[in-house]
Amino acid sequence: MDGEELTEQETALYDRQIRVWGADAQRRLSKSHILVHGMKGTITEFCKNIVLAGVGSLTLVDDRAVTEEALSANFLMPPDENACSGKTLAELCRDSLNEFNPMVRVSVEKGDLASFGVEFFDKFDVVVISFCSLATKKLINERCRKLSKRVSFYTVDCRDCCGEIFVDLQKYNYAKKRQDGTTECELQYPSFQEAISVPWRSLPRKVSKLYLAMRVIERFEEDEGRKPGEICIEDLPAVLKLKKELCEAQSLNESHIPNALLERLVMGAREFPPVCAIIGGILGQEVIKAISGKGDPLKNFFFFDSVDGKGIIEDISDPRPKG
Amino acid sequence: MASLQHSQAIKGAKVLMVGAGGIGCELLKTLALSGFQDIHIIDMDTIEVSNLNRQFLFRQSHVGQSKAKVARDAVLRFRPHISITPYHANAKDSNFNVDFFKQFNVVLNGLDNLDARRHVNRLCLAAEVPLVESGTTGFLGQVTVQVKGKTECYECQPKPAPKTYPVCTITSTPSKFVHCIVWAKELLFAKLFGDKNQVNDLNVRSNDAFSSSENTNDVFEWRDDEDFEHYGRRIYDHVFGYNIELALSDEETWKKRNKPRPIYVRDVLPDQMTQQNGNVDITDDLSSASAMASLGLKNPQDIWCLMENTRVFLEALKLFFTNRKKEIGNLSFDKDDQLAVEFVTAAANIRAASFNIPSHSLFEAKGIAGNIVHAVATTNAIVAGLIVIEAIKVLKKDNDCYREKLMRMTYCLEHPSKKMLLMPVEPFEPNKSCFVCSSQTPLSLEINTHRSKLRDFVEKIVKAKLGMNSPLIMCGSALLYEVGDDLEEDMIANYTANLEKVLSELPSPVIGGKMLTVEDLQQEFTCNIYIKHREEFDEEKEPDGMVLSGWTQALPEKKDDKTSIGNGASTSKSLPTEPMDAQKDIEVKEISDGTASPGKKRKLPEFSEGCTLDQSNEADETRNDKKIQKLDDDDDDDDLVMLDHWGKDTSKKQRLQ
Ligand SMILES: [Zn+2]
Repeated sequence: MDGEELTEQETALYDRQIRVWGADAQRRLSKSHILVHGMKGTITEFCKNIVLAGVGSLTLVDDRAVTEEALSANFLMPPDENACSGKTLAELCRDSLNEFNPMVRVSVEKGDLASFGVEFFDKFDVVVISFCSLATKKLINERCRKLSKRVSFYTVDCRDCCGEIFVDLQKYNYAKKRQDGTTECELQYPSFQEAISVPWRSLPRKVSKLYLAMRVIERFEEDEGRKPGEICIEDLPAVLKLKKELCEAQSLNESHIPNALLERLVMGAREFPPVCAIIGGILGQEVIKAISGKGDPLKNFFFFDSVDGKGIIEDISDPRPKG
Repeated sequence: MASLQHSQAIKGAKVLMVGAGGIGCELLKTLALSGFQDIHIIDMDTIEVSNLNRQFLFRQSHVGQSKAKVARDAVLRFRPHISITPYHANAKDSNFNVDFFKQFNVVLNGLDNLDARRHVNRLCLAAEVPLVESGTTGFLGQVTVQVKGKTECYECQPKPAPKTYPVCTITSTPSKFVHCIVWAKELLFAKLFGDKNQVNDLNVRSNDAFSSSENTNDVFEWRDDEDFEHYGRRIYDHVFGYNIELALSDEETWKKRNKPRPIYVRDVLPDQMTQQNGNVDITDDLSSASAMASLGLKNPQDIWCLMENTRVFLEALKLFFTNRKKEIGNLSFDKDDQLAVEFVTAAANIRAASFNIPSHSLFEAKGIAGNIVHAVATTNAIVAGLIVIEAIKVLKKDNDCYREKLMRMTYCLEHPSKKMLLMPVEPFEPNKSCFVCSSQTPLSLEINTHRSKLRDFVEKIVKAKLGMNSPLIMCGSALLYEVGDDLEEDMIANYTANLEKVLSELPSPVIGGKMLTVEDLQQEFTCNIYIKHREEFDEEKEPDGMVLSGWTQALPEKKDDKTSIGNGASTSKSLPTEPMDAQKDIEVKEISDGTASPGKKRKLPEFSEGCTLDQSNEADETRNDKKIQKLDDDDDDDDLVMLDHWGKDTSKKQRLQ
């Protein structure tokens, strides 16, 4: 492998993980640049994981001021609101993350994510967004896809004790390890728009109920002009009505999206810290895989619901064969 | 679930965490964020640099401080109003007794070793406190809930014993690099720098006729005024040259093996070359002494040639004598001691060269010699999240989580199985014949009561097999042995004398047909052992010289490696090592190879930060396989209604996965 050797300091600090993924992967990590948006509990967990892993740089976007809600699942911020005054969420998180690992550059980019042009994303290898509207998810994903180099794109959302990760690695080649050596593998990922446009009737038979339920909630917030997570129990009748309409339009039996699940998602807009840790951990592993080229990356959705305890991968792509 | 309905259970709960390491840091953070307000945490360790990449509550400036205390302070920074009580202490300390454990609603383990896990298991059983047990290795992890009488306990299923190697493999016929490491670390390093009174097999050879042990002992002594360079060369020639020549003279050994090559320092290094580096600054800073540094070797991932290994060997030996003279005689190998790692790496590589075994880098050798675990932050974070979810369920007893099968055991996998990366399974029922948690049917012990001493019984059975910490041994009503802080001096003298007596000559003779009662007062755990006298034992198959039956015994490992080193003699200590095969695979995917690939029969071993991945074993495999099947059935219960247009082909595919 080309590139400089790891320094003595790096080898000592990263000793245990180099034993897991090797020195080459560690070198690639240390040259990678990551952008995140939405400094809530899950993203905070993710940031901690990749800063500890030793990425090259991490850029945070979130201009919101600190609120009690923002603090609830976030271990990066001092609880004293005075200490937080005048600073944005991203700035406060930066200060803590910088302490975690002095070898990682953590910085803040101010502004509205949706207003950043295509060239802005060219600086990054990985873009992870959370707490974004449906329109913003699509928009940022498309901007990443316009670049000549591959920018790995992820969205992540936790509601109540459920979490969802979406992954778009575009065209991803890697050496898949098998019992008898390695084989070259190519994975073709759909964009977020393409993935969620897959007709519900052609989804895998046992597709996670969460996938469908999250699409209903996402759509509801979009239609109503709400911010992500700006939803409560009073909205439930309207959400159930939307579910009915969507199921009818997609010719899907309504029983595939249990009302109880929608009720949980509507009521629990707040994140549940253990689920943040789990989703933030899985997301961290996936980003490390994509950067290092080691390990089978997940394609293209991941769901966790702590009620049944399953962490499930769903491949939701256009079923037509690729040309 | 995240809402108010369980916040009461959380707020009122008093929780004990054992371990503030990789899992512990994540766990403490997640507990605090989840609203827990009364957390106690025990950890005896202090912070090391190699912890910082995943134990995120710790900073460079904390190196050397108590993990439990620093973790507490770090979490109080973002949750100042909760109560966190740290104990910088060993969980086995006598003040952590059953009464101590009884004050908690749930105990959460983030431990890194089998011994402590067994100990906490027993205390939780005795105190009747639910235990959430966990472990990670690389990307693999596991979380289990253990409730007395409802689920299996930690010891219901056999745990693989630490791997040991036959003495002769280490002393005479190494075939793998790990054998060279064990030799360098347990024999050579111990001989030169450790306790001189320890019995050491360094000079044991297949043919003992050549030299008396007294003569060979002298060889390793540094003679007053001897030049360290000279001393180093003398040791080098003795262990890599002379000893190999001696071994070669026993032709029987080499009929079916490749002969080793004696290596003398003059063949590797011309005289002048070593002298060049003769001027070493004597510093007071012990930690800075490094042979690599003084020789200009930088990259620990490099594999050194024989000449480099030889120079590191001589330089490291010299540095020990010039910079760390005071420690000599008291040193034991420590993976964080740079100079010790350098010495062991070089010595193992030179021995490997003799036996035509490929060399390894310092980085790799350190991993093998230090039994270093593969650990990443993400798995620990995920496992900690799962622990908290289980802990909350345990606390919400009103839901009767036991009956409703809400309790789970969850595996974190590296490769998905049935599309799952996190796979929940039902907890297993208690093993009815578990000697720890089930009805006390007596164990039986075959032993030579005329030859084995009480000490052998205490070390090999009571401590190693029964996992007792402060045992009390009785034969009928006669007290034979006891450990405790408040014993009278004459009692201690009495017990010490008993230790050296053979069983049949104890004040109350322990002979065939007698029943021994062994009790651990701290664990509140008692075993009855029925004694059967037996004259002979097979040295290879029964290296302990005694056989305990009726307990959940470790399953045999790979055949050629299973015999213990140590000859069953009462003074010789055995050389525990672990499954090394996993260690050399530092790449992500290689680790997983032994574990899982979709559609294949799957092994889901127990994991632990601090232990290497357990050797897989058949029993576990079948057990888990059965469970996964069961889970699949459950899965169908809450399945989606079948989509009406589903084609047969596709559904078949799903089944096969
Ligand atoms: Zn048991």
